[in-house]
Amino acid sequence: MPISPDIETPMLHGQELQSQKKREEWVLLGLSLPAIFVIALVVILPVGWLFYLSFVDGHGNFSLEHYQKMVEYKSYARVFITTFKVSALTTLICIVLGYPIAYFLAALPSRWSGIFMLAVLLPFWTSLLVRTYAWLVLLQSKGLLNDLAIQIGLWDSPVKLVHNMTGTLIGMAHIMLPFLVLPLYGAMKKIEPDMMQAASNLGASPVRAFFSIYLPLSVSGLVAGALIVFVLCLGFYVTPAVLGGGRVVMVATQITAILEHQFDWGAASALGVVLLLATVLVLYLAGRFFKFDTALFGKR
Amino acid sequence: MSWWTSPATETQISHGDRFWLYVVAAIIMLLLIIPTLIVIPMSFSDSQYLEFPPEQWSLRWYGEYFDSTKWMRATVTSLQVGFLTLLVATPLGTMAAYALFVSGHRFAKTIFMLLITPMIVPVILIAIGVFYAFGRMGLNNSITGLVLAHTAMATPLVMIVITAALRSYDLNQERVARSLGATRIKAFFTVTLPQIKFSVVTAGLLSFLTSFDEVIIAIFVSGGNNATLTKHMFAALRDYIDPTIAAISTIMVGVSTVLLLATQFIDRRKK
Repeated sequence: MPISPDIETPMLHGQELQSQKKREEWVLLGLSLPAIFVIALVVILPVGWLFYLSFVDGHGNFSLEHYQKMVEYKSYARVFITTFKVSALTTLICIVLGYPIAYFLAALPSRWSGIFMLAVLLPFWTSLLVRTYAWLVLLQSKGLLNDLAIQIGLWDSPVKLVHNMTGTLIGMAHIMLPFLVLPLYGAMKKIEPDMMQAASNLGASPVRAFFSIYLPLSVSGLVAGALIVFVLCLGFYVTPAVLGGGRVVMVATQITAILEHQFDWGAASALGVVLLLATVLVLYLAGRFFKFDTALFGKR
Repeated sequence: MSWWTSPATETQISHGDRFWLYVVAAIIMLLLIIPTLIVIPMSFSDSQYLEFPPEQWSLRWYGEYFDSTKWMRATVTSLQVGFLTLLVATPLGTMAAYALFVSGHRFAKTIFMLLITPMIVPVILIAIGVFYAFGRMGLNNSITGLVLAHTAMATPLVMIVITAALRSYDLNQERVARSLGATRIKAFFTVTLPQIKFSVVTAGLLSFLTSFDEVIIAIFVSGGNNATLTKHMFAALRDYIDPTIAAISTIMVGVSTVLLLATQFIDRRKK
């Protein structure tokens, strides 16, 4: 199609173009409105509401009583300590178990890594209820694990492995492990093999090359994964509630207990607010050390 | 030179020298896989009690599951909510991801951060907040309410998948289409969308699974005739253990496996 001669291109001024661009930017932003609406309705508004409730006493007046209780009552301190302990231990177990498999997977040729990766991805995609149930069965006193341990002589009579801290940690570590392995694997895949070769050529032993080249380069992925695991653990509900059998009371368990038994929205909200602040604080502190963008989308 | 002594890495360490790594990795991977798959043999047991390995095999628990109106109704609810969440969250998240990626507006980054808050705020807080707010709006125990809540949870995942796809796509192609006379909408649907379609499908599957597997919000917000499968399962796990759960778990593992293999297949097609 020939360009029609009536178009008077030079008439468009820079200013006009500029305002056109501005207008288009706004129109484009408008496309995100439906998503903003849903998230405001489901997350921002309700959480804001809870935030307000946490600062109000039974008569609707401003008060800090819910936060005061948290400081004064020993039971709250215990809940916070348990939450921190479970989260930190789970993260530690995940680091110890996750690093070797991420390293193993990253070193495989892609033909094989795709297949072995399923060992990480299948649990990741499977409902955590299903996996929690499986552990409940495996760990019970007449379960497979106890049977096996007795048969090979690890212990003589069934050991209580579930409805306590042990069961909770085993279940949580199993559920969280893929969250650590996936970002770590991503970071390891980006390490140039040439670097290791160079270290080797310059006389470093394989062990030395690993510790002075590979490990430092994989740390960003490890931190990202550990952070995701730790933060998810802080607010975890299902697995501690089932495998802890009421003996492992974490913040999320406590919140639901307060709502179920006392129907005290103020106290439950205040706990929730503290949980949120702790999460944001951890992410903020970590964000000063590395970029989230890279963890979410990979490097460009 | 045999495999055992051949070099495994650039540092010339041999497969034999690091055989321990393969053993360790194999053990950890078995620890990941076995508890995921063990529900399958368990579900074919004839016993009332949870035992493994089962002494007698039967389809008894599948029978219980398919005969129970409670479980059937819950399954229908979960599938319905999952499917509706897919239908709502996929376009919502794709639109937002595209808009924020293309628009150079200074608010774009802020809006993006706002839209991924569901991934940062602990789910338990969202669950009780939604329970409280929906109580005021009369949305508790309704399909609409649950779909809304699950859409909010799935949208950030969709956005992350689509943004990643847009980052590896050359937007100049869309500019070319527009300079040749296509409107922005037409350029998007005929040039951009076909090239990111695999990611859109992956995002859709992810939103379905996010909803289908979601427990905590469902415990609070769903109920009555609209209680989800996960809500009933959680109650059953906490209070008494009904072997029917093994049968349901097996079906859920099946669903996850099919969806996972579908995304893997899509990934291959992309390349």
